Amino acid sequence: MLKRRHSDSEVVAITVDGVAVEARAGESVAAAVLVSSSEATRTTPVSESPRAPYCMMGVCFECLMEIDGVANRQACMVQVAPGMRIQRQLGARDLRGAE
Amino acid sequence: MTVPFDIAIIGAGPAGMAAAHEANSLGLSAVVIDEQNAPGGQIYRNVQRVIAERPEDIRILGTEYACGNGLADGMQSSGIKHLAGHMVWQIERDGTVWCSDGNKAKRIQARTVVLATGAMERPMPVPGWTLPGVMTAGAVQILMKSAAMIPDGPVVLAGSGPLLLLVADQLIQSGARLAAIAETTSFSHYLAALPKLPKALSAMEYLKKGLQMRRRIKASGVPIISGISGLRINGGAKATGITFKAGGRTHTIAAETVLLHQGVVPNTQASRQLRLDHGWHDTQHYWYPKTDVFGATSEEKVFIAGDGAGIFGAMAAEVSGRLSVLQIASHLGVIDVAERDRKAKPLFSEKHHHDAIRPLLDALFPPPAEILNPRDDATIICRCEEVTAGDIRKAASLGAPGPNQLKAFLRAGMGPCQGRMCGLAVTEILAAALGKSPVDIGAYRIRPPLKPLSLAELADMDTDPGTVTSSSL
Repeated sequence: MLKRRHSDSEVVAITVDGVAVEARAGESVAAAVLVSSSEATRTTPVSESPRAPYCMMGVCFECLMEIDGVANRQACMVQVAPGMRIQRQLGARDLRGAE
Repeated sequence: MTVPFDIAIIGAGPAGMAAAHEANSLGLSAVVIDEQNAPGGQIYRNVQRVIAERPEDIRILGTEYACGNGLADGMQSSGIKHLAGHMVWQIERDGTVWCSDGNKAKRIQARTVVLATGAMERPMPVPGWTLPGVMTAGAVQILMKSAAMIPDGPVVLAGSGPLLLLVADQLIQSGARLAAIAETTSFSHYLAALPKLPKALSAMEYLKKGLQMRRRIKASGVPIISGISGLRINGGAKATGITFKAGGRTHTIAAETVLLHQGVVPNTQASRQLRLDHGWHDTQHYWYPKTDVFGATSEEKVFIAGDGAGIFGAMAAEVSGRLSVLQIASHLGVIDVAERDRKAKPLFSEKHHHDAIRPLLDALFPPPAEILNPRDDATIICRCEEVTAGDIRKAASLGAPGPNQLKAFLRAGMGPCQGRMCGLAVTEILAAALGKSPVDIGAYRIRPPLKPLSLAELADMDTDPGTVTSSSL
């Protein structure tokens, strides 16, 4: 869905759902995920309908993702960092799976 | 000893940065608290890095964008305290501001508060607007500024407003493939805007920029379809394009990325949380906190500068930031009224100049009725709780008299975005269903925290009220 116009900035290695992804320094998590795949970044707790970032400026809360084990973070407001682990949130959280 | 800041400025866009400069030059102590990691707000997002690392992109993003660099650099080289990456979650009328850096909550004491929290794009509820592949035009512009990203694959833009055309122009210059621009603006809007033209002529640079943009888009060969209605987004798991009516027939345009835009509106979360008096803009259909010419609000210690008090653009926002600080300085006894007026005089005429274009833009790009009050019952209004226009109308018929009571019926406005996305549409739909005016219907009551924060962030907070002040930061 997206592409980078420049790719000369420093590579930042992250994982999205366990898969290695090469982000670039200064990118938000939402941007790094969007450029790696056009799939939904979460499904809703209400009906499990597919969603993806809508506003990219922190007001719509559609980009909620699990970042380094913390759920419901605004992926458009967090910059990528080396080794960051990002997970899509699918549906409502399973209480039994919560630590 | 506890020494509060003279001013806490919330937001580091044009209004906030200009306010900080003015405070610094008058010798006031100011702290700028901003959610982003670098100054600029959305309009000058990432401007320092773009200029340092890919200056060739200024050709696409515009010289007006580059202007933000001076403000941002100046703020960082001055003595102004800038709390970047800090999310403000509560503001009190006495000047206490609560924020968090993501790990630890903090309490800031200030004598006055300047809200420079800016605008957001009007949420555009149409069938299918929740599908992946649908974003706002501003969202893609943020991706261009912050990450040099553009859509890969065909793009269609729909809606109206200066930003829709600006983003279309920038995407074309960036090499994105635009399938079409479908605008709700029609010939009748130009006729309605005509009487506003003489006043707008005094702000010629805006008119010239608009005409140049249109000319470049035309020259690119990207089709512009005007006067569209009945917009819907097609697709199942993701967007595949849009369908709409124009010129008496139905059009379908295939695209992987659908960009929506229908103007910008003040972001009123903070002003609502402070319970400031708000008014309703009849042409542009938005709420604005009521302010005087200096940005003073119904609360003595709270000022608002920039688009958060009504949409007038980045240049006017800078001026209003300075004006607010002049008034605060005179309240605090740092300057007398005569000096305030001497300094304010050129600012007022500058503001007057930038404001002159607004009546024309407001008349040319009004939000269409079908966005304000979607006719299709299945259209999702509250994206978080998946509440439709039909659900809201049904609740109204069952006795829900306003947005706050609607929460008990449907949970609309109670999801993570806290009503940012559905608030305006909920007010309009209830107003239409109940035959009342938006002012009679009112808006969601906004409560702290303004954005969610974790219990750990709260628990780690230093509770000594004197901890975070101008003397200790």
